[in-house]
Amino acid sequence: MKILVGVKRVIDYNVKVRVKSDNSDVDLSNTKMAINPFCEIAVEEAIRLKEAGIADEVIAVSVGSNASQEQLRTALALGADRAILVETEGVVEPLNVAKALAQIMAQESPDLVILGKQSIDSDNNQVGQMLAALTQRPQGTFASKVSIADGSVSVTREIDGGLRTVKLTMPAIVTTDLRLNEPRFAKLPDIMKAKKKPLDTTTFEQLGVTPKQHIQLDKVEAPAARQGGIKVSSVDELIEKLKDEAKVI
Amino acid sequence: MRESMEFDVVIVGAGPAGLATAIRLKQLDADLNVCVLEKGSEVGAHILSGAVLEPRALNELLPDWQALGAPLNTPVTQDRVYLLKEGEIGKQIPHGLLPRSLKNDGNYVISLGNLCRWLGQQAEQLGVDVFPGFAVAEVLYHEDGSVKGVATGDMGVSAKGQQLATYTEGMELHATYTVFSEGCRGHLGKQLIDKFDLAQGCDAQHYAIGIKELWQIDPEKHEPGLVLHGSGWPLEEASGGFFLYHGDNHQVAVGLIVDLNYQNPWLSPYEEFQRMKHHPLFKQYLDGAERISYGARAITKGGWNALPSMTMPGALIIGCDAGTLNVAKIKGTHTAMKSGMLAAEAIHSVRAEPASKLEQTFADLFDQSWLKEELFGSRNFAPAMHKFGSFWGGAYNFIEQNLLGGKSPFTLHDDTPDYAQMQTIDQFTKIRYPKPDGKLSFDRLSSVFLSNTNHEEDQPCHLVLADESIPTGSNLSDYAEPAQRYCPAGVYEIVEGDEGPKFVINAQNCVHCKTCDIKDPAQNITWVTPEGTGGPNYPNM
Repeated sequence: MKILVGVKRVIDYNVKVRVKSDNSDVDLSNTKMAINPFCEIAVEEAIRLKEAGIADEVIAVSVGSNASQEQLRTALALGADRAILVETEGVVEPLNVAKALAQIMAQESPDLVILGKQSIDSDNNQVGQMLAALTQRPQGTFASKVSIADGSVSVTREIDGGLRTVKLTMPAIVTTDLRLNEPRFAKLPDIMKAKKKPLDTTTFEQLGVTPKQHIQLDKVEAPAARQGGIKVSSVDELIEKLKDEAKVI
Repeated sequence: MRESMEFDVVIVGAGPAGLATAIRLKQLDADLNVCVLEKGSEVGAHILSGAVLEPRALNELLPDWQALGAPLNTPVTQDRVYLLKEGEIGKQIPHGLLPRSLKNDGNYVISLGNLCRWLGQQAEQLGVDVFPGFAVAEVLYHEDGSVKGVATGDMGVSAKGQQLATYTEGMELHATYTVFSEGCRGHLGKQLIDKFDLAQGCDAQHYAIGIKELWQIDPEKHEPGLVLHGSGWPLEEASGGFFLYHGDNHQVAVGLIVDLNYQNPWLSPYEEFQRMKHHPLFKQYLDGAERISYGARAITKGGWNALPSMTMPGALIIGCDAGTLNVAKIKGTHTAMKSGMLAAEAIHSVRAEPASKLEQTFADLFDQSWLKEELFGSRNFAPAMHKFGSFWGGAYNFIEQNLLGGKSPFTLHDDTPDYAQMQTIDQFTKIRYPKPDGKLSFDRLSSVFLSNTNHEEDQPCHLVLADESIPTGSNLSDYAEPAQRYCPAGVYEIVEGDEGPKFVINAQNCVHCKTCDIKDPAQNITWVTPEGTGGPNYPNM
């Protein structure tokens, strides 16, 4: 069984996001970048399936700039067998990513695709669903448990108010939620070995995908600074202020 | 048994010293197996410096740095030195009266973090294995006592010391030569200096704490390459000085360096810095601007008189880990890099001629280098300030640096360790610092927030107390537990509870500045490495 996992290079979750002074975008100059945490969970799940003898090969795929090689090497150090980078310098929109992944699915014929449910930079939560639609394959999103038996995959999904388990015919697309697993640390010898694992680079063009721009970024603004609170002396005053000043009741 | 890996050279710490060592080693012998370990999440994540760079060492190491895209974008254009008085822009010291060492012609305003990121790339392109995110926790020794290598810390251990599901055992890295370049007060360097008695015959080492902020200012007020230095207000009970550098992208770096030999336990370097920014000299640039980063780091400043022997069997200790900063220039990057290059040259030469000894080879190279000349020439600079105060010390330094070229016949000494200088609270009145206004000055926690500091919460505390009763015992009664004030990250708190005062260590806030390890009057706090990747994530610092 072959597993394809998606890996996105995003700003590290520890870094405080700052808006550029001209409000054109988020400032990423010299900030620490890392694998999107949900993608890391996807990589971990794939490696665990390989360690359990269920999968034979794990392929990590990223769509992004040349620098995304760093995150692919991390995935290789964690245990993926090889990697593919769809190199593009432009903005990566979900639909373009999904189309690129669909082409890679057609080339590689994986039995399972595991993606993060969303990336922590743009928080779109769209690629998995779009990929399922484009390839007309079943999807199990927000997975907190994945088990495989007899050519199908059972996915326990985190939904509002509880859990729902779906059984999908493979090839299928699964997106990970936070509780699926806790990723391991990469070991030094594995980081060294990862440098020698195959990493192929391709482009949208080579995949026959014409990336289209559907979203235009007009402006990025930091949230308004919180105003200091005030103390009220009575319940009546509180109600009055809520009515007249805050206008919430 | 831990797993182990073999290298020709293992370097601990990806700062300017360690990376210069790695690059020089590969330049001298491309077949060498060299690895650099770094506790920060990436190269540069834990690097903090002013910084004005004197490019001398870089010119020697990578002469085509410009073509290779080194981040030296802002040459120093103007250089002013002030003696500040409260509320007014005090005297600007005329350029001609400055000690020669304080002039910055030909230097660059840089981010040292970004320079290290770039040096890391250069090293990797030469084939060096750079491993960020791995904290070196211990030194390994051969049976004959020589250094065998190092071991990285275990990952995935709980606060109570139990193995978690993610537990990953540390690795041993064995090397013919191990180079320690952890920066100021490296926790392994400290052990090695002690174990091999490297500081025998030296004066006590001296330190300062540097606190720095990065501000995005109004482009109209921005003068790329403008460099301001000075001393005076607000520091009344400590020596030290400030800096304000106009870098690129309309950013200025502003900071205060406070010598850690201060006596008054009520003094708070952090609050001195916060109130300093209200002075008109700083306010003119910072008013209405946005603070975008914050950090702090201790500085080794004992110089020549405190410089330990830098070699021991199987290993070298270089850069600020040893103490190669030139305090007369207030610069340590070029000297740290040079010490690394000399270490690399010594290792290469000893490998070529196994009959020679590392100790002698390095000592010879060092003696013939400009590094020695520089450090020897500035040996009296800081002791003069300590001994005679800023004014007469400054006059002394003018004469020595400009007229005598550093070749004075005397050597001044200052042999009291910084922690031992602290006096008890009964000798001082409490210093009342103004409350932060949230515009120019801020509290500790909102500052630490800007350093992007993070540590995995469930891990053993990396600030180890030898005696847990001291902080609420003699340290509280005699010094009102000064850790609450000298720590620039709000790690230490005394919390009053039903059972009396309790000492709380918020280790997650630690920005790895090492001040507690230096200044605790009881020398009760030992800084050890937390889990790799923990600590600040400084951008552009």
